[in-house]
Amino acid sequence: MELSTQKLIHTFGALADLGQEIAGTGDFTEMVRTSMHLLLGTLALRRGAVVECSGPTGPLNCVAVWGLGEQMFSALEIEEADKQAFLSGEATESLVKNTSCQNGFLNRHRDKLATEGIELVFPMIVRGEVTGLILLGGKASGEEFSNDDFETIRAMVRHIGVGIHTHRLIEQVAQRAEENRRLYDELRAIYRDTVRAFAAAIDIKDKYTQGHSERVGRYSEIIAREMGWTEQEVEGIQIAGYLHDIGKLIVDRDIINAPYNIDAKLSSELNRHPAAGYEILAPINHPYADIPLMAKYHHERLDGRGYPEGLTDEQIPLGAKIVSLADSFDAMTTDRPYRRRRSFEDVVRDLRENSGKQFDGKVVAAFARAILKEVKGETKDRRITKLLGKSYLEGEHVATLLGDLISDLEEEVSRKGAKAQSI
Amino acid sequence: MDTPSGKLVRSHCVGTTAVVYASDYLNKLTGEKIEHECRRHLNCGCRALVIDFGDTKLVNSIGISILLGIIDVAEKNGARIVFSEVNSQTEQLFEMLGLTRHVVLAKDEREALLNISRYETTPIVH
Repeated sequence: MELSTQKLIHTFGALADLGQEIAGTGDFTEMVRTSMHLLLGTLALRRGAVVECSGPTGPLNCVAVWGLGEQMFSALEIEEADKQAFLSGEATESLVKNTSCQNGFLNRHRDKLATEGIELVFPMIVRGEVTGLILLGGKASGEEFSNDDFETIRAMVRHIGVGIHTHRLIEQVAQRAEENRRLYDELRAIYRDTVRAFAAAIDIKDKYTQGHSERVGRYSEIIAREMGWTEQEVEGIQIAGYLHDIGKLIVDRDIINAPYNIDAKLSSELNRHPAAGYEILAPINHPYADIPLMAKYHHERLDGRGYPEGLTDEQIPLGAKIVSLADSFDAMTTDRPYRRRRSFEDVVRDLRENSGKQFDGKVVAAFARAILKEVKGETKDRRITKLLGKSYLEGEHVATLLGDLISDLEEEVSRKGAKAQSI
Repeated sequence: MDTPSGKLVRSHCVGTTAVVYASDYLNKLTGEKIEHECRRHLNCGCRALVIDFGDTKLVNSIGISILLGIIDVAEKNGARIVFSEVNSQTEQLFEMLGLTRHVVLAKDEREALLNISRYETTPIVH
């Protein structure tokens, strides 16, 4: 093979490798180091370095070095006039030994560079800016650099310069994305805290149900998680739980606080609160979907006997079914002025009887599974126990009650599914 | 005695000479392993290096750069360096790029060791 052909093949191979290296998404320093090796190896240069400008002027940062001590770079610095000289083309590549060159950078550092065996200084220019320099030692052959060598070096330096610039841009984008994510998380936390504070304000109006909205939010979250909802959806339903009774703000405090069963007229007034809640929540741009609808329909029933619209099973959003169960469960398991809270056995009986009428069986089964996991000690924290009080879920019968309820409900769900399929 | 020092690079010592075997393709990964192995032997007191290219089909630009680094380190340590069993294509490349100005090429490992033994004055075994 002719020498010139072999040289061309070697150079093309290096250019192809360089393109691949620069286009990769690997480690930045490794990319620069490999690119530098490719440049040095193409012309068999014994030493070299890639240095980046750390700012408009000032010291240069060494990104990759081969065959040189890193200590030499602490003494290198670049000035605006040097960059202009490189940009103007009067020193697009600078032979260190060329003392007639008017580049200030070379004039200031010539002795140092020559002592270290650096023979060439090439600027990396990207979009009209000098982003750094590539310093190169002499050829292993001892020959002078030819015009072809300069062309090859220029092409590779351009590639490396663009590669470094692109990687830096990607780093900046990633950094900004991370900052945005952090800000978004902070905003979400502020939103959640505000909503919780608001929930507390709603509950203050009802002196008998303090903490009710907070608990409904937490039960809703537990059920949704058990049903396999995404983290975003779980957060959304928790917010819906916190705000489900927001419509009570427009109901007379005396009606809410009546220490007895209220008459039909007052009851009708109280029953306005889901629709009123929707009116309050609908104009707000929530970061989660369907919060107003969950508030509006949390008193609907599968059998159509609920309010405000008397919707039936499929017409009721799943989120509203979850909030409805969480709301009723909390009502049954907390003391009211006119009654003590019901026993767990009694609550399970109620859930069983009302599944398919008031509550969705799948939702009840999911809640029962979540409680059972906690009772069996399969969960890290005991969130439901904390909400209900330590003694409420004690006793061997609790696990049996839940187990039976789950299997009955799941059997019922699968029976309904089979029936629907046959139809 | 062979001293396997990694997945791709084998080496052993003959007196104060380290023989390091390059793999089939001398690129960044294998080049760095060879460089590491050569440095290790020089730090252990080796006075000469033989890099055997018997299995090497191809050397790319990164391989050239790393070999130049090894030559540099050997020279700084006053160690002699011989490349053995270099195929004709790689030999042409080494000649074209001027590596042969800094290293001796030998037909095989035996010839490389013979070449080095002519310069050795103090045989030390480690």
